[in-house]
Amino acid sequence: MSRPPPPPAANPVYRLPPPLFNARCWACWFSLVLIALVGVSFVSLDLQWSAFLSAEAARSMGRFIGEFFPPDVSSGFLTKVLKGTVETLAMSALGTVLAAVAGLVLALPASRLHAGDAAWLRSPARLLLNALRSIPELVWAALLLISAGLGPFAGTLALACHTSGVLGRLYAEAIENAPPGPGFALRAQGIGGIRVFLYATLPQVLPQLVSYTLYRWENNIRAAAVLGVVGAGGLGQLLAFHMGLFHMNKTATILGAMVLLVVLVDALSYGLRRVMTR
Amino acid sequence: MIVGVIREIRDRPKRDPAWLARVFWIGVGLVLLWPLLVATEFRPLALFDAQSRESTRRFLSAMLPPATNGEFLWLVLREAWRTVAIATAGIALALLVAIPATLLSVRVLSVSALSGRMAPAAFACRQLIRWALILLRSIPELIWALVFVRVVGLGPTSGVLAIALTYGGMLGKVYGEILESGDSHVALTLLRNGSGRLQTFLYGVLPQNAAELTSYTVYRWECAIRSSVVLGFVGAGGLGQQLDSSMKMFAGAEVCTMLLVFVALVGFADYVSSWLRRQLG
Amino acid sequence: MRLELERIEARHPAARPESPAALSIQALTLAAGEQVAVIGPSGAGKTTLLEVAAGAIRPKAGEVRLDGQDPWALGSRGQQRLRGRLFLAPQVPPLPPRQRVVTAVLAGRLPAMSLWSSLRSLFYPVDIPAAHAALEAFDLGDKLFERVDRLSGGERQRVGLARGLLTPASLWLIDEPLSSLDPSRARQALGSLVEVARARGITLLVTLHQVDAALANFSRIVGLRDGTMAFDLPVGEVTNDHLKRLYAQFEDELIPALGGSATAEPTLPGAERPTVSVAPPAMHCR
Repeated sequence: MSRPPPPPAANPVYRLPPPLFNARCWACWFSLVLIALVGVSFVSLDLQWSAFLSAEAARSMGRFIGEFFPPDVSSGFLTKVLKGTVETLAMSALGTVLAAVAGLVLALPASRLHAGDAAWLRSPARLLLNALRSIPELVWAALLLISAGLGPFAGTLALACHTSGVLGRLYAEAIENAPPGPGFALRAQGIGGIRVFLYATLPQVLPQLVSYTLYRWENNIRAAAVLGVVGAGGLGQLLAFHMGLFHMNKTATILGAMVLLVVLVDALSYGLRRVMTR
Repeated sequence: MIVGVIREIRDRPKRDPAWLARVFWIGVGLVLLWPLLVATEFRPLALFDAQSRESTRRFLSAMLPPATNGEFLWLVLREAWRTVAIATAGIALALLVAIPATLLSVRVLSVSALSGRMAPAAFACRQLIRWALILLRSIPELIWALVFVRVVGLGPTSGVLAIALTYGGMLGKVYGEILESGDSHVALTLLRNGSGRLQTFLYGVLPQNAAELTSYTVYRWECAIRSSVVLGFVGAGGLGQQLDSSMKMFAGAEVCTMLLVFVALVGFADYVSSWLRRQLG
Repeated sequence: MRLELERIEARHPAARPESPAALSIQALTLAAGEQVAVIGPSGAGKTTLLEVAAGAIRPKAGEVRLDGQDPWALGSRGQQRLRGRLFLAPQVPPLPPRQRVVTAVLAGRLPAMSLWSSLRSLFYPVDIPAAHAALEAFDLGDKLFERVDRLSGGERQRVGLARGLLTPASLWLIDEPLSSLDPSRARQALGSLVEVARARGITLLVTLHQVDAALANFSRIVGLRDGTMAFDLPVGEVTNDHLKRLYAQFEDELIPALGGSATAEPTLPGAERPTVSVAPPAMHCR
């Protein structure tokens, strides 16, 4: 005996849309794969935890650290360290500035500016940014030494090359995630791409872009300090020289200068970010 | 009415008040640029002189064609896996450091800050943790790796630990910044209505920022892969060590293969990252 | 600009293909210089109507004609030129938060500016007096150099309207211009809009929730409900019966904006209260 169909409701019954259910499943699977990956990594690496955590290791480390003290603070050496510090600072700052300009230029073709944007150049531009980004600064420096010679110029270019890939990608993502409202209104008036970008998108993402750039400067100062290991100038070159000769107290001074420099740039970057995004 | 018109003419603005400030700051920027160019010996034209062009040409021709013999490829792939494993293990340990540090250091989860000023003890505790993270971050991982190599010997352990310490600091600091720069309205409302801090984090802070946190973590994982390559130069194993030895032997073709493998590796990590962001958002 | 919509079927861009059309208009024509208000409850498709008229959403069926030209039949250059002659003001003011009001308002003039003057204007605004005059029309002259995110919601909405005064457009499509404004400001803003449009011969299509304001300021009213046109009448022929049927089950959205209590029925200016009460539409209750 069939029941009569129920009369239609005044308001439809609320239902959860299916994809939300799917997403939870994916998250489970993904977490599982992640844990498996981490587990396999630890197992396949054959890590020597016992060697690290033994008393012998602690003594060895203590001896090693002891060789650092007292650090060499003679005025002649300090002058050299100061020169190296200035060089490293300049390398990181100029490299970051060049990278910001190049990154912005590359980010425009690499982002889908609005929902209907065909963005033909998106894939090639992203490929280029990835290529720039994948190669670490040290390797760029080693490669660029061939064209630019020894010294901080190669280091600056190496930082610029690598960082433009990083910043370009971050900029492109920020541009793609910008709220679409202002751009939509300008496009409805028939205004073309570059002006929509300058009047609607850039004002919205500029604090983020500045923040990313300043943050990259913090990273670049650490990279710049180390680039000298391959001969690209700055504190790194001094460090490699003295470490190779086992002048541990001079090395300690250089390390101290590196840490101070990093903390200084860190604080500057933080302060600037606070001021600019007020 | 005449008075109204006169007042209107007097009030009508003619000049942009922000103009002088803009000109000033542009001037400051240009003034700072000059010493930077001098200190870095910035000579772009030197890239194009005869000697540079010759050595560049010679190097580029040595790089092509890239080395593709089976044994070498197998070696490169094995070392590439070891590099990824070092980075993954390092990041996993870094998370153990970063997550508790973040929870303890963000302002948005502060109960005492709800009514305006944070309590001094809470503030001091948070600052202490922030400074600890900054210290961990400031020391380049190469230095940590050198110390650990002296203690543990050559091999991946020093690389993993160096990455764990440095990236723990980095992740902790940036997680804190992401959480604090996000919209804190939801979290504040939950705290004001009496939720616990962990509850507020899970219900109010995490959902909003999960996509950004995850994408930053995956981005840092890619960075860790690059770091582990750099650490390989000081003996922490993986692709970096191989690259170092190939470069010292001037084997351009092998260098080229390894660079191509890098780019592919990072491209793959990028793909995973964007897939994840799509799933999350 | 003359606006014609014929047999339009349009869907929201994010909607699924099998979902019902958000908008289904048989015919709607605005002569050049005409001023029309569109009223209707939430979800009636008022925003979709404006976006279709602006050539921002491509309708699944039917034709849009702006001064006799179909924007979707033109190449992209022609489309951009045509769009430069209209102005669409979304409900949420499309102003970048950290931009200054002067730049945000002058952005309306971009279709008429060359690339060089657009770039120059970013560093130093090219026409400060014009921006000031446009803001003065909405009583915002003193906010000329403020940042947009330092304004209140109502002020931002008025800045969005002021932008329209600087456009070279001959068709204004305005979505809910009074939603964040209190009654006196709403009166002033709508009055300015209508006056400027009349003085310049601009075709005006405005969607409103404030039925009183619509009835008081416009000579032709279109009622939209569930994506279809309920009526398209000169204001003198719109009766309370029409309004009741339009807003059936959404009575709480009838907002008298120009005075009167929230519970009062919107009455036509000069009309008398009907003595015979109309029976409420039959409702199916579960």
